[in-house]
Amino acid sequence: MIPAHFDYLAPTSVEEALAALGEHGDDAKIIAGGQSLLPVLRMRLNAPEVVIDLGGISSLRGIRDDGDAIVIGAMTTHHAVRDHDLVTEHALLLSKAAAEVADAQIRHRGTFGGALAHADPAGDLGAPALALDAQFVIAGPGGTRTVEAADFFVDLFETAIGDDEILTEVRVPKHTGWGAHYEKFVRVAHQWPIVAVAATVRGSIDEAKVGLTNMGSTPLRASATEQALAGASATEEGVRAAADLAAEGTNPPSDLNGASDYRQHLARVLTGRAVLKAAGS
Amino acid sequence: MTATQDRPAAEIGKDRRRKEDQRLITGRTRWTDNMTLPGMLHLAMVRSPFAHASITSIDVDAAKASANVVAVLTGKDFGDELGVCINAWPITPDQKTPAHSPMPADRVAFAGEVVAVVVARSAAAARDAAELVDVEYDELPAVVGIKKALEDSVLAHPDLGTNKSALWIFDSSEAGTGGDVEGAIEEARANGIVIEREYRQQRLIPAFMEPRSVVVDPTGEQITMWSATQIPHILRFALAATTGVPESKIRVIAPDVGGGFGGKLQTTPEEWIAWAVARRLSKPVKYTETRSESLMAAHHGRDQVQTLTLAADKDGKVTGFKVHLDADLGAYIAIVGGGVPVLGAFMFNAIYKFPSYRFECQTVLTNTTFTDAYRGAGRPEATYAIERMMDELAAEVGVDPLEIRERNWITHEEFPFTTVAGLEYDTGNYEAATAKAKESFGYDELRREQAERRQRGDRVQLGIGVSTFTEMCGLAPSRVLGSLDYGAGGWEHASVRMTPLGKVEVVTGASAHGQGHETAFSQIVADRLGVPFEDVEVLHGDTQVAPKGLDTYGSRSLVVGGEALVRAVDKVIDKAKVLAAHLLEASEDDLEYTAGRFSVRGTDQGTTIQELATATFAGHDYPEGMELNLDADATYDPVNFNYPHGTHLCAMEVDTETGAVKMRKYTCCDDIGTIINPLIVAGQVHGGLVQGIAQALWEEAVYDESGTLVSGSFVDYLLPTSADTISFDVVHTDDPSICTTNTLGTKGVGEAGTIASTPAVVNAVVDAVRHLGVSDIQMPCTPERVWRAIHAGDGDAPTPGAAMPHFQEDSLNQDEGAGQ
Ligand SMILES: Cc1cc2nc3c(=O)[nH]c(=O)nc-3n(C[C@H](O)[C@H](O)[C@H](O)COP(=O)(O)OP(=O)(O)OC[C@H]3O[C@@H](n4cnc5c(N)ncnc54)[C@H](O)[C@@H]3O)c2cc1C
Repeated sequence: MIPAHFDYLAPTSVEEALAALGEHGDDAKIIAGGQSLLPVLRMRLNAPEVVIDLGGISSLRGIRDDGDAIVIGAMTTHHAVRDHDLVTEHALLLSKAAAEVADAQIRHRGTFGGALAHADPAGDLGAPALALDAQFVIAGPGGTRTVEAADFFVDLFETAIGDDEILTEVRVPKHTGWGAHYEKFVRVAHQWPIVAVAATVRGSIDEAKVGLTNMGSTPLRASATEQALAGASATEEGVRAAADLAAEGTNPPSDLNGASDYRQHLARVLTGRAVLKAAGS
Repeated sequence: MTATQDRPAAEIGKDRRRKEDQRLITGRTRWTDNMTLPGMLHLAMVRSPFAHASITSIDVDAAKASANVVAVLTGKDFGDELGVCINAWPITPDQKTPAHSPMPADRVAFAGEVVAVVVARSAAAARDAAELVDVEYDELPAVVGIKKALEDSVLAHPDLGTNKSALWIFDSSEAGTGGDVEGAIEEARANGIVIEREYRQQRLIPAFMEPRSVVVDPTGEQITMWSATQIPHILRFALAATTGVPESKIRVIAPDVGGGFGGKLQTTPEEWIAWAVARRLSKPVKYTETRSESLMAAHHGRDQVQTLTLAADKDGKVTGFKVHLDADLGAYIAIVGGGVPVLGAFMFNAIYKFPSYRFECQTVLTNTTFTDAYRGAGRPEATYAIERMMDELAAEVGVDPLEIRERNWITHEEFPFTTVAGLEYDTGNYEAATAKAKESFGYDELRREQAERRQRGDRVQLGIGVSTFTEMCGLAPSRVLGSLDYGAGGWEHASVRMTPLGKVEVVTGASAHGQGHETAFSQIVADRLGVPFEDVEVLHGDTQVAPKGLDTYGSRSLVVGGEALVRAVDKVIDKAKVLAAHLLEASEDDLEYTAGRFSVRGTDQGTTIQELATATFAGHDYPEGMELNLDADATYDPVNFNYPHGTHLCAMEVDTETGAVKMRKYTCCDDIGTIINPLIVAGQVHGGLVQGIAQALWEEAVYDESGTLVSGSFVDYLLPTSADTISFDVVHTDDPSICTTNTLGTKGVGEAGTIASTPAVVNAVVDAVRHLGVSDIQMPCTPERVWRAIHAGDGDAPTPGAAMPHFQEDSLNQDEGAGQ
């Protein structure tokens, strides 16, 4: 498992990183925590000539309060996201999901921004980010732009980030006091989910937001379920009836771990469980 | 030998921490890949991405021109010089055996087969250049899967004319060990119970922790091969036999080896290629596989379809068992490939008194990685089949699964017992093991909870699975192996050397790769010779140090190798006694040997074994005619296999909504005779259980129709970690059945957990949902299969082909499969 030769650049500012990206174009690849990129390089599925490490850019790390939102730097590790007070207070769903990513070693290396930029439909952070209506701040040669979560995930392994751009931070609107649960269904402990459901609810239940992991080529919102839950009471029966709508309009993959119809079934069952747990019942 | 009999057992039975662990766990040791020799070159393999194809051309120019490349060689460049990969166990005289070149020049028969080797000054340069080798293939139709292979419509090797390699049969009425099974089935159809099932033993990958690695140094008088192997002695023999280099010119070293589980019981194409390249270039070379290569091209295990017919009377007393196996050999017949399923022939009757029995094994060739031994080798498959069937019989009769077993098992008064498969079980006590397991498990309480959950219609159902297993281990009496046409014996060798200052070097022909032999063997010698544990050094795994041996597999090292060791120690004592008598001026008959000291009965005169060792070194005073050393060798050929057994009980929770399964409790009571080191035994049992449970729940090597290994990384080939298992309840009978065919009374334990646990788990899963109309779920019992079994009554949905990638990238700037 030896990657092909590459040059390594370690910029110390976003501007420097963008300049390097501009200079090397298609031949360059950004590395954040390396937990997805390094396997790709080692299996020689890709061989960039230049690898640009964001690890030395301190402004990309950390979580801050910004009024009605919290802002998570792209280079913040899963471990840091999970434990941060601002996250547990205002975006509990992210903390719950980050706790479920891979194993402890990977959570200490892998980054929030890297995981979202990688856009694996089985990744654990896309659905929660989508459910929380996160906004993605992307820096490019022409300055900075903000992309809504709904527009950020484009397809399998494809996001709105351009070749010459860098994801710098993610703004997560505060969901203070919302209950949350991330229900991840796996066969062994340290695995990408076969299906997972990210649910966060206000009251029991005034409003609910539900994201689905691995139910299509991008994270999805279970909109029909959300509508049915608004104003519903958090009884097992009511929630399950709403959860039965969770797989509507989805087209999940069939693979080693489950055929498409089984995934749809799981989405319904897990949505019910996630919402009930998020509502604290 | 009587002199040594009543020595206090200070070490045997002690929970010694393993002395090898510090270096093995920290990795500060000699793994093969750690070896660096002056001028050493590195190899990278170019492997076929196709399961079956003719090689039309190989263009190596670009690779040769790549930086730091020394040579690029193909099968054509070598010819006979490469040698061949051997099958040491042709199971029938007319077995169809495809020629197996380490690097074929004309045609590949599985995806992952080596077609060219790049030799470079660094591993990275070799890998880079391997990407540049341009191989043109003409794809041929590939046959994948046992059922397809049996049709013979697509051939794995067209020149053989068939995929069917050999049919091996044992019939108790022909062997004179029992009655006629067809008669028993006929009778049961009329007046009793007939249960017919087809079970699938999915293909598994041994997945040892240290990937295979080989270093060859051709520069000395002896050509030296270091290899991460379980079998240095067999490897040397095979190198000599197939490459024409005299054995005396070959030294094989298995340094510390990081696990094998049967997966390193092989003579590999990669070893042969490294050997040929080193000799061709007269330079040391190293090859270490990547994990992807290991999963794809190191041998796989299991892979059988079992067609089973069990006949019983109305009370559930079994009258006959008929077994037909179809076993997938993969593309070639590996060193003991065909023999592995045949080893199961003697175990399908397990602990039971079956009056009639027939076993047939049809081996087939396919365009997939070749299969061979994997922990348990033949016995887990057999145990799975019979223990699943006994649960089905219990369900049919309507009694508890333990009750049905009791109606059929050999009672403890009946030992020694000759089975319907012709083996003589020396000792055992199935009643005692079962009673103890039941108690420790809380059997009755869990059964009560199960009934309650059923009654409530609980979302989570509870199931209890039973496996009362035995196995044959301690491979093997050489004459028995001869009668099965196996290409070697089953003896083991040991030497004991006394150093001048009275320390002890023990040389064993067994070749540990993580089992803890150094500790256990030291304990045995410490007790038997009466020396401190710390004074014993166990040497192994180097043909220059340990010239004779048959290595480690089949739970044989302690029960065969340990017995050789005991006998060598006893010879040392006998030799020392002559010298002691001389120095003490006493008659040998008046000497007593205790705790490492000869003393003259009734006096305080005596001398220690250490003093005698020094006296031999000095040689100043010794009796006429005595050869001046205390060292001794012993070769031991076992007179019988031995038969550990145990009762394993497993409770599984099944979420009927999702099909998810969760282990609630696992108790095993193994009777393995005398226990040398309980801690090592616990380690073997725990690890063994996890491997068996993993077959039941997680692991499966899956190929797509074209012969590509879909589960080609640990993302898709699911190995459990400690996070997936629970704490097992490991107990032993209070009064173990001591093995009568070796001095220490030991039975093998290396494979027991793996053999026993798989059916216990599946039985528990099926038991949890049997009331919902389920009678089988195919392994591994994935949530999806369990869910489908509950909701559609079909638990045998095939695993679909492709795996979703997690490491996909936009630009794939490399030919598919060219290098890993
Ligand atoms: C064994 C294993 C198990 C795993 N299990 C899970 C799991 O269960 N659930 C889960 O969600 N994930 C899992 N992961 C993936 C893990 O979460 C990674 O941390 C994540 O996918 C990528 O984050 P990273 O920081 O390591 O990114 P990298 O690997 O460094 O980069 C990933 C990709 O994103 C790009 N990129 C990174 N940062 C930026 C940026 N700021 N702007 C633009 N592009 C960028 C890179 O160029 C690259 O293409 C697992 C990984 C491994 C190795």
